[in-house]
Amino acid sequence: MFDKEKWQEIFSSLKNNKMRTTLTIFGVFWGIFMLIVMLGFGMGFKSMMQEGFGDFATNSLLIWPQQTTKAYKGFPRDRSYMFTNEDVQLIREKFPEIEFIAPKLRAFGIEGANNATRGTKTGAFSVEGTFPEYNLIDPSKITHGRFVNNVDIKEYKKVAVIGKHVKDVLFEEDENPLGEYIKINGIYFKVVGVLTKGASNISLGSDKDRSIVIPLTTFQKVYNRGNEVGFCAVTAVKEANIALVQQKINIFLRRRHSIAPDDDQAVGGFNLAKEFKKFFNMINSVVILIWIVGAATLLAGVIGVSNIMLVVVRERTKEIGIQRALGATPFKIMNNIITEAIFLTASSGYVGIVIGVGVIELVKKIANSSGSDNPFFTHAGVNLNVALMALLILVVFGALAGFIPAKRAINIKPIDALRDD
Amino acid sequence: MIELKGLHKSYITGNNKLHVLKGLDLTIEQGELVSVMGSSGSGKSTLLNVLGILDSYDEGFYKLNNTLMDNLSEKKAAQYRNNMLGFVFQSFNLISFKNAVENVALPLYYQGVNRKKRNMIALDYLDRMGLKEWADHMPNELSGGQKQRVAIARAMISKPKVILADEPTGALDSKTSLEVMDLFREINSSGITVIIVTHEKDISEQTDRIIHIKDGIIGSEFTSKN
Ligand SMILES: Nc1ncnc2c1ncn2[C@@H]1O[C@H](COP(=O)(O)OP(=O)(O)OP(=O)(O)O)[C@@H](O)[C@H]1O
Ligand SMILES: [Mg+2]
Repeated sequence: MFDKEKWQEIFSSLKNNKMRTTLTIFGVFWGIFMLIVMLGFGMGFKSMMQEGFGDFATNSLLIWPQQTTKAYKGFPRDRSYMFTNEDVQLIREKFPEIEFIAPKLRAFGIEGANNATRGTKTGAFSVEGTFPEYNLIDPSKITHGRFVNNVDIKEYKKVAVIGKHVKDVLFEEDENPLGEYIKINGIYFKVVGVLTKGASNISLGSDKDRSIVIPLTTFQKVYNRGNEVGFCAVTAVKEANIALVQQKINIFLRRRHSIAPDDDQAVGGFNLAKEFKKFFNMINSVVILIWIVGAATLLAGVIGVSNIMLVVVRERTKEIGIQRALGATPFKIMNNIITEAIFLTASSGYVGIVIGVGVIELVKKIANSSGSDNPFFTHAGVNLNVALMALLILVVFGALAGFIPAKRAINIKPIDALRDD
Repeated sequence: MIELKGLHKSYITGNNKLHVLKGLDLTIEQGELVSVMGSSGSGKSTLLNVLGILDSYDEGFYKLNNTLMDNLSEKKAAQYRNNMLGFVFQSFNLISFKNAVENVALPLYYQGVNRKKRNMIALDYLDRMGLKEWADHMPNELSGGQKQRVAIARAMISKPKVILADEPTGALDSKTSLEVMDLFREINSSGITVIIVTHEKDISEQTDRIIHIKDGIIGSEFTSKN
């Protein structure tokens, strides 16, 4: 591999025709450069998309009661109904493929009226009753204290987790809200935590920063909602098909609430998994497209190398003849030519990789220093595996590019090669 | 050392078939210094190429050192050329991007001798050719006579049994030609068989045996034992 005789030959033939060598090298360089840059920004694109989803549970589903659209069992159409605690309980017990189910109830300050006060400070916020599991499906970031827990639920505790904005309105800047009391619709609640928007850009309903979360059971009691539940967030275990789970739950709920079996409107639902999947499919097709375009560009470069090697072999026919007269085996001749092709592709490709990565890093640096938080730029990047893979492809392509010319070189009889002028 | 029997060789170009060697018989013993003469186009080079396993033949047989040279794989042929044979050409055929010593060392490279060692040996051979100071020069910096001496050193370095030279003095003036012939005689005196194709009478006269090719066979022979 590293013997001077061989490299002397390679470099002399490259040096003899600098322009040709440069153009050939540029072809491969450009192919791999494009591939790397596109993949790098493809990655930025991907994380831009993914950042939107954050840590939201992807295999999840939202359901809520809507008005019925069909008369059934003596009930008229357009009937309103609510889910109940028992529904939630039964669904949880009945369907093992469900990981979490978290019901939620919500009340607003009526027509924007202030519903939360503390001393002289007051504000209008969304008040939500929910289960601890809710924070596993649509996670908020708990900056102080804790979220609602099972003891709160069981003992109807009057505790509240307040949004960041709520805290800013009801508390002084340097005040510790934990353990303090606030009044919600005239009832005292102890603040046990502060939360803010989680990593996900998906927002279900109200702004988390402007909401107050209390235990569902407490909510039902305080607001006189009996055992009513508004909407439920459901996540299924990884292997489960969430669409199927949705169907089963719908059938179950229709039966329990005397809804016509073919009334598709009565139970509202939103399959997040489906949406996620659409998105990821789109991202993947973009990545595949990038590989196809990149590989095609690269292939064009490699074909250039192969062509140039054919020319080199033609030019060197006589020298190859001399070498064979002196005892060079066909293997040695082929080895030389293939090494040369690999060297051409791999070295120019390596430069392409380095410069491609450099360009991406530069863009990233500029984006970061200009304070951009657009992940398309800040998260652009090429991981090492992709770079190594590209290099491997180059070596393989290089070998292929050298193979045909090498084969041609040794198919000439030594005497014909020697006679060549 | 060399035994040819009923050797036939034709060239086929398109629809034409040119019968060049027509049942040629020839035996050359080890240590002989032989010249091959004949009119232009008589097949001297063709014969030498067959002897050098650079080309194939159609009929008859060719034994080199008692081994039949027929249907060899290109790998085997390369090995025989490397171990048994040395070539000297009219147009020198030095590798342009290698300097004198690297050119001479090339056959040893194909034998797998390491660079340091083979260049040392090559330098020794160049010294014998009186070209030690020219070791680092590229072929285009050498005169014709110097180039041919480099080529002869290269042919000798693998200690071949036979050296085949096709008009080695064809591109040299008469004084240089005589110097080159002196070299061949010296090489021959060390026991190596030397076969020289030539047009020139004063070259062939310096060999021990002159073979004339005519009509595709050996026409006449002249042996001078000195
Ligand atoms: N590769 C080839 N294809 C076709 N014909 C060839 C080939 N090589 C040689 N010939 C023909 O074969 C004949 C013998 O050629 P060869 O080169 O052996 O002659 P030669 O005796 O060496 O001649 P010269 O003294 O001119 O070198 C010539 O007529 C030549 O034209
Ligand atoms: Mg000739």
